[in-house]
Amino acid sequence: MQQIVSELLRIEGATKIFHMKPMLGAAHEVVALNNISLSIRPGKALAVVGESGSGKSTLGRAVARLFQLSSGSISFKGRDIAGMRSRADKLDYLRSVQMVFQDPFSALNPAHTIRHHLERPLMLHRKLRGTDLGKAVEEVCADVELDPKVTLEKYPHELSGGQRQRVNLARALAVGAELIIADEPTSMLDVSIRRSVLDLMRRMKETRSITFLYITHDIATAQFIADDIAIMYAGQVVEWGPPNLVISNPQHPYTKLLLSAVPDPKVKLDGTGARSFASEAQAVRALARKVVNTIEEVQPGHFVRRIEA
Amino acid sequence: MTDKLLDVRGLKVDFLTAHGLFTAVKGVDFSIGRGEVLGLAGESGSGKSTIALALMRLHRPPAIISEGSITLDGEDVLAMSPERLRKWRWSSVSMVFQSAMNSLNPVLTIFEQFRDVIVRHTGVSTAEARARASELLALIGIPQSRLDDYPHQLSGGMRQRVVLAIALALEPKLIIMDEPTTALDVVVQREILQEIVELKRKFGFSILFITHDLALMGQFADRIAIMLEGKLVEVAPSAELIANPQHDYTRRLWSSMPLLTRD
Ligand SMILES: Nc1ncnc2c1ncn2[C@@H]1O[C@H](COP(=O)(O)OP(=O)(O)OP(=O)(O)O)[C@@H](O)[C@H]1O
Ligand SMILES: Nc1ncnc2c1ncn2[C@@H]1O[C@H](COP(=O)(O)OP(=O)(O)OP(=O)(O)O)[C@@H](O)[C@H]1O
Ligand SMILES: [Mg+2]
Ligand SMILES: [Mg+2]
Repeated sequence: MQQIVSELLRIEGATKIFHMKPMLGAAHEVVALNNISLSIRPGKALAVVGESGSGKSTLGRAVARLFQLSSGSISFKGRDIAGMRSRADKLDYLRSVQMVFQDPFSALNPAHTIRHHLERPLMLHRKLRGTDLGKAVEEVCADVELDPKVTLEKYPHELSGGQRQRVNLARALAVGAELIIADEPTSMLDVSIRRSVLDLMRRMKETRSITFLYITHDIATAQFIADDIAIMYAGQVVEWGPPNLVISNPQHPYTKLLLSAVPDPKVKLDGTGARSFASEAQAVRALARKVVNTIEEVQPGHFVRRIEA
Repeated sequence: MTDKLLDVRGLKVDFLTAHGLFTAVKGVDFSIGRGEVLGLAGESGSGKSTIALALMRLHRPPAIISEGSITLDGEDVLAMSPERLRKWRWSSVSMVFQSAMNSLNPVLTIFEQFRDVIVRHTGVSTAEARARASELLALIGIPQSRLDDYPHQLSGGMRQRVVLAIALALEPKLIIMDEPTTALDVVVQREILQEIVELKRKFGFSILFITHDLALMGQFADRIAIMLEGKLVEVAPSAELIANPQHDYTRRLWSSMPLLTRD
């Protein structure tokens, strides 16, 4: 029986602990995800922003089912993904959920043309052949604004970074992805190209109802594309809600710190204030590392883990 | 500027490709003063990384430096012997590569990567190298308990910071940074850049800073050079270039950035 759910993806108390046993030094644990609960509605984008090492990519990888959670659950269209055991279920999930990475080159096979990269998923997942296949390839190219005539016969190294990232997005469309996990998809791209890839993602969302989990360091691009934003620190989501509410009225000390550090080209870093910024950052980190379970709704939809002063 | 550390004249770099000769850098002139940060921005494929590699003579076939001169601290870089080059690299000029986070050796621990650079150039003992490595890790805000981790056990940003620390290890005169902070969050980015500003003040090194992040460029660079299709189209002090860009392309670059709106 199909359950009716308003969320495409629901993450419930997700926790991931890595156990490290180095050759030298003592064994230790890294709590990469600490009791994370988030959800995304179909056709919406959730941006995950946060400290480097806070667990953003780990969260993305957990959703892509690349490993098992230590505890908690992730469900897709109301079904727990850990419970998908049959081959058909797993394949269907891997088709529905696609990852796009920071390095646009890493996911492309240098030995194959772009045509091959796009044809394979269409053959595999949509069983297309012959002229139907040719037409579908041209369609996905058009969707991501790649000129099929000049692109299809090229090899990945013959394309610019922005073009390669378009190919990655085209491939996700070709397999029929419903959710795209985009982990820093534009940070290696030109400013001008970055904008066009972001525009493209926004369009995929708006016209094709593709859902995005958008992982980024760049809070301005998160504001540009996302319907919700989650700020992560040390494995916890410390503040979340609609981007404009969070950005105009930040509550958590880490969110405030993050916003204060967004580069302003008119303010020169001259080393003055370096110590005070660093010590403020240290103080905020110490505060933010604490595990806090008091959640407060600041404005409708805008939540914060409230640290007691 | 009278006290130049680096002077580049008429630098031309060609690639010998299957389709013939492709000139990626078409005769550029620039200099960097002592303690100065020169920013280099421009379209993807315009030749920024090619310049960076050529400066360190790390360019590899099919790339060749076909014309021009590079002088660092009075020394003719293009005339250096292989032996001199080996010593000169990392100790006089070091580099943080683009996608540096993937440039660490996956089978060596973080400490072993530090040790390789420190011991090879200074001949200190492993214990001394370990102390120095811990000090450098502290500088970039990574607990020294991670010294024996392998690269894949660190997040992308942590790996990027390790690479920066290795570039600082021997206190070179010039550090070339090709997209050094793209993988970092803005807080860590700010901390590291301010740390670099301080170290720079202390040790007096110069920086060639390549980035696509124009806002960051404005914050960090003393002067900015804009590159388009193998040529420098505009070079000016940062404040001037931001307030009053002369070249069309520079103006286009500035206007395509999504900016944060706070209310
Ligand atoms: N396979 C692994 N083994 C051990 N620790 C890991 C592993 N993968 C990630 N970690 C640790 O989990 C934490 C979160 O890492 P993650 O890559 O998710 O961070 P991130 O938020 O994506 O950071 P960045 O912005 O730098 O990419 C880090 O402390 C990292 O060292
Ligand atoms: N091995 C190679 N063979 C042929 N051409 C090359 C090679 N490496 C680079 N090029 C070409 O040289 C030009 C300059 O490349 P370079 O990597 O210096 O650009 P960049 O300005 O650093 O770009 P980005 O911002 O994308 O890093 C590009 O047109 C590129 O295609
Ligand atoms: Mg990551
Ligand atoms: Mg480059």
